[in-house]
Amino acid sequence: MNEIFAMGGYGAYVWSSFAIFVFALLIDYVAPRLRYRKTIAHLQGRYRRQKNRQEKAP
Amino acid sequence: MNTLTLWFHKFGSPPIFHRLAGLLMPWLYGLAVLGGLLAMYGGLFVAPADYQQSDAYRIIFVHVPCAWMSLFAYVFMAVNAFIALVWRIKISEVLAMASAPIGAIFTAITLATGSIWGKPMWGTWWTWDARLTSELVLLFLFLGVIGLYNAIEDRRQAARAAGFLALVGIVNVPIVHFSVSWWNTLHQGSTVRLLGPSRIDSSMLWPLLLMALAAHLWFFASVLARARSSTLELEAGKDWAREIAMKTGAGHE
Repeated sequence: MNEIFAMGGYGAYVWSSFAIFVFALLIDYVAPRLRYRKTIAHLQGRYRRQKNRQEKAP
Repeated sequence: MNTLTLWFHKFGSPPIFHRLAGLLMPWLYGLAVLGGLLAMYGGLFVAPADYQQSDAYRIIFVHVPCAWMSLFAYVFMAVNAFIALVWRIKISEVLAMASAPIGAIFTAITLATGSIWGKPMWGTWWTWDARLTSELVLLFLFLGVIGLYNAIEDRRQAARAAGFLALVGIVNVPIVHFSVSWWNTLHQGSTVRLLGPSRIDSSMLWPLLLMALAAHLWFFASVLARARSSTLELEAGKDWAREIAMKTGAGHE
């Protein structure tokens, strides 16, 4: 097990590279999801305001 | 209209695109993660150590696929920008702008892991050689496209201006690709070649190619995820967008 972590003495380099890769793609997964939610919420607010305005109009 | 144009108009229509993208995304993400994990296992545990670089060479399994993706993302962005500028197809605008952030991420990973690989092998984190510098320019081009797109209020005008920048920047793509053969650089030459035999053993090649495949799938999943938001925003005035927004509960997709 220790051998796997050591990677022939290059463990820090190898594992940090893989960690950066995974972490960066994790951000890439979360970012569009948050944006989609924000878009939906924004549109819902906009449509609700439109509806209210139409109902108030004589 | 010929078949291709018809096809383009059908799948280029924002409501159909939005629905298809929503159906495709989970499969693309799922297969990308599956392939990526298998490739990581193969690269970290199955492939033997390199006779020169020992285990440090294993960085190749993330570095090289990401580097390929950085170029692929740029070409994808520029081709869509070209289609958007010439034929004014809305979906192409959206796809071009959606590929900029993911391209920037792959380029950043390439630079970071390359730097980490350079330290033990070359003895330096960074050097201003042709390959490294042109890849850094690629990152700045991606950031420039994102910045320009966000600086202009009107979304369609913004996409056209940023698309134009993306097109001009394509001259950098062959420079990145051929930099190792045009100039005498510290960076090693290509390991995997489309023409002629690859200079790598098959036990090391399959995790590399599998990771590259997974990265492509991830790229398309990520582009579609971003494009779905953009199509809704662009078509906010249309009935289909209203329907989807009102149907979607808070916190759901």
